[in-house]
Amino acid sequence: MSDHESLITQHIPRLRRYARALTGERSAADDLVQDTLERALSRFHLWRQGSDLRAWLFTIMHNIYVNQIRSRIRHPHEPLDESAAEEMRSREPDWGELRDLEEALARLPAEQRSVLLLVGLEQFTYDEAARVLDIPLGTVMSRLSRGRERLRVILSGDARTTTLKVVK
Amino acid sequence: MSETQITEAELHAYVDGALSVARSAEIEEYLAGHPEDAARVAAYREQLAALRREFNPVLDEPLPRRLQVPRGSWMRWLPRVAAVMAWITLGGAIGWQLHAYNSTSSRSEGTAWARRAAIAHAVYSPEVRHPVEVGADQEAHLVAWLSKRLGTQLKVPHLGNLGYSLVGGRLLPGERGPVAQFMYQDGKLQRLTLYVRINPDERSESAFLFAQEQGVGVFYWLDRKLGYALSGAVDKGELLRVATAIHGQLNP
Repeated sequence: MSDHESLITQHIPRLRRYARALTGERSAADDLVQDTLERALSRFHLWRQGSDLRAWLFTIMHNIYVNQIRSRIRHPHEPLDESAAEEMRSREPDWGELRDLEEALARLPAEQRSVLLLVGLEQFTYDEAARVLDIPLGTVMSRLSRGRERLRVILSGDARTTTLKVVK
Repeated sequence: MSETQITEAELHAYVDGALSVARSAEIEEYLAGHPEDAARVAAYREQLAALRREFNPVLDEPLPRRLQVPRGSWMRWLPRVAAVMAWITLGGAIGWQLHAYNSTSSRSEGTAWARRAAIAHAVYSPEVRHPVEVGADQEAHLVAWLSKRLGTQLKVPHLGNLGYSLVGGRLLPGERGPVAQFMYQDGKLQRLTLYVRINPDERSESAFLFAQEQGVGVFYWLDRKLGYALSGAVDKGELLRVATAIHGQLNP
């Protein structure tokens, strides 16, 4: 029972990495990690022994992050759809050359960024990402697809062309 | 175009290495004949590599102090307040001073949970935005919820006649399972917390025990099914006055 802090500790570097990529800011990322740790420890009894602790921690972090976004856009009851996510992109960079990866990530809607990072950086399977984000598998795939394509377009410097080709 | 159908999802699964070897080979064959898709796939792979190049170094960065969770000090990383930092330096080595009666058999057990109660007080009582999980405006819900989690009916004392109003409460992890914490404050926002846990030995009762460290005093006692610890950065006489009132209300 008293081992839970050491169980959680193992995951802190990964939580930090994800938070850094998600928020794009060191201090905001560490705030997010700290909030996640606090909530995880205070609710540790809710974690089902034997289930994936890493996924549980990322779920907590995701929920906190989404709540932060929602409160920031002052539409507390609106679902985080794409337009809302667009609206919260407070770190909108100048319209210049946007080849920098962090800036490009910041220009993705948060929901696409989350999927892209969970899969690409944390290497969650699509199923695991779906559980962490509490969305259907099909939604994971479409967000991944749109996010990657959008990132590609941004990084290629062709920011105005955002048409998405879908192979069926 | 007599080749197999490739879905967008499969292209991504290919990028992520999530396909079987056989299916990957088919995708490669398809890409060989579709340069546009091949270019996209190459770009997505480069994205993955770039993401890892950019962010993997975070894994090796030393943790800032506020994110450290050393073993055995479950609350050490929580501190946003100096009061809590002071607890840390105490560590486990320095004993918890007992200034009152204590039964020898339950000494270490008793001090451990009183100490947890005091730490929980030091952590949550300075909290401005989220001092409690459920506020006093939902008192019935609060009591029902915490009673359910502790597995026994709780009563929340009312201390209005002593000048303390209920702020609310929260659930905490204890050594042996869920623990309830009720928070009170007076007109000057001086806060007291009442930590309530299951008493492992249901029949035992104890006198008031007192412990104090770093300015937080704790009166704690066992009362059949439950153990109570009242913590506050107030003088011992005031704390005893409140503890006595609580005990009286719980044992009418």
